[in-house]
Amino acid sequence: MDFAPHTPEEIREMLSAIGVGSIGELFSPIPQALRAKSFDLPPGMSEFEMLDRLKALASRNTDVLPFVGGGYYDHLIPAAVDHLAGRSEFYTAYTPYQPECSQGSLQALYEYQTAICRLTGLDVSNASLYDGGTALAEAALMALRITGRNRLVIDAAVNPFHRAIVKTYLETHPVEVVEVFPEDASTARGALFGEIDDRCAAVLVANPTFLGCVSDYTDLAAKAHENGALLVSAVYPVALGLLKTPGEMDVDIAVGDGQSVGNPLSFGGPAFGFIATKKAYIRNLPGRIVGETDDREGRRGYVLTLQAREQHIKRHKATSNICSNQSLCALRGLIHLSLLGKQGMVELAHQNRDKAEYAKGALTAIRGVTAIAREPSFNEFTLRLPSRAEDAVAALLRRGIAAGVPLAPWYPGSEKDLVITVTEKRSKVEIDRLAQELEKVLWS
Amino acid sequence: MPNTYYTKEHEWVTVDGTSASVGITDFAAHQLGDITFVELPKVGKTVKQFEVLCGIESVKTASDIYAPLSGKVVAVNDALNDTPEVVNASPEESAWMAKLEIADASETSKLMNRDQYLEYLKGL
Repeated sequence: MDFAPHTPEEIREMLSAIGVGSIGELFSPIPQALRAKSFDLPPGMSEFEMLDRLKALASRNTDVLPFVGGGYYDHLIPAAVDHLAGRSEFYTAYTPYQPECSQGSLQALYEYQTAICRLTGLDVSNASLYDGGTALAEAALMALRITGRNRLVIDAAVNPFHRAIVKTYLETHPVEVVEVFPEDASTARGALFGEIDDRCAAVLVANPTFLGCVSDYTDLAAKAHENGALLVSAVYPVALGLLKTPGEMDVDIAVGDGQSVGNPLSFGGPAFGFIATKKAYIRNLPGRIVGETDDREGRRGYVLTLQAREQHIKRHKATSNICSNQSLCALRGLIHLSLLGKQGMVELAHQNRDKAEYAKGALTAIRGVTAIAREPSFNEFTLRLPSRAEDAVAALLRRGIAAGVPLAPWYPGSEKDLVITVTEKRSKVEIDRLAQELEKVLWS
Repeated sequence: MPNTYYTKEHEWVTVDGTSASVGITDFAAHQLGDITFVELPKVGKTVKQFEVLCGIESVKTASDIYAPLSGKVVAVNDALNDTPEVVNASPEESAWMAKLEIADASETSKLMNRDQYLEYLKGL
């Protein structure tokens, strides 16, 4: 079997079929300046040489002690997640349009949807989306469709990467996006409330915020609803074991990234995005939804449902551009959530919060270091250092600690601010080491 | 005296003074099969003749419903939210979808009367 897709002979055939003399001529409409000059690839090598090369590259990795979050979190993944999700029935399954062949995948996704509904306290979930950022962008589009309005208010304390995705999605829409920047690491609630009017389609917030602040948005939901707008909240699934759920706050659409349940960091992916909403908005929910039904003999079965709003039937009028989901990653999330169970989620959340509180205490005991936010935090919090946060992070990295995320690139005037994350995986010894090293970096 | 007119896209419109009720024909309801959802327009929406007024979904497809006349939506049949199957059971009586305040009554000249519509169906 030939693994090279295009032999010189095939390329000649294709070129002659379309009446072009050469590859160069084929690409001639593209200006020379825009064409790749070189892909900078090394020459080919044998398998042995390649393995050596990879081993040499891998040996350059060093283990650092991580206190970094910012949307992706270092959580424990139970061994059973790998084992169950690795079963070939799940690992190789393709798109489940034919329910008669796909009951296992469909049931797993149905259970996943149930888990997301329980976690968020909302009525309906789809079968997952690409990631947390695209889920937020899809929620924004949902709000525009539902309200028929074209103004969005975004709390800039929402993950800046996710905000960037929202703005990219909306680039070609006639939509006004208003960003409300935080004040001293706290959500600018007054300004946020002030932006809600009868032109506003939705307010987009995060709980906890990128800066680690936890809020109760029940009042914001009420204010949005009074003005005919929706409240969209990005949430961190692990925190929901402890915090008021979006459902309890009367949030209309809840989204988030599922990496923190059952999916490894893996240099940033893949994971999955989740989206859940109230029943009234189910027809505006993007992507696939799995439903439970009975077959002709009254036996329970699972099918993709409400498909008329989906791409393959509604085509260019489909509810979204999402035609797929992140089945396997969502399944990992489901397995993780079911292994922990309701009580396990509560305990996990408490461990995260308690360890972070311990760290906050240890770090703010250092001279000149303060936690400036007005709101409480979950497992992430913003510290103001006496000097530039990026310098401290660089110095700590040389000492084997990845200390956190400096806020400066996204929030003007926050050069001294650093977001530290502490998950259940961090021990007291490790937290104390961070505190000792930070003190040395700052003061010796 | 109310008058009913038909479009080539299988909408009916009953004109009563300055008001018009809009729905889909028996033929359209049969073609679509079991109706699962009517995406009603928003009250206050203004439409031009033959522009998209709202949407309808059946088990197998999703379609647009076009405005037979220009005007402003002044009422929608909210009962269809919970019982879209009325469109199958009684498309030309109970299942009106929207009432329009007519912008230009002369536009009815671009529509068919019942006899013309039934003749048009024979040619399909």
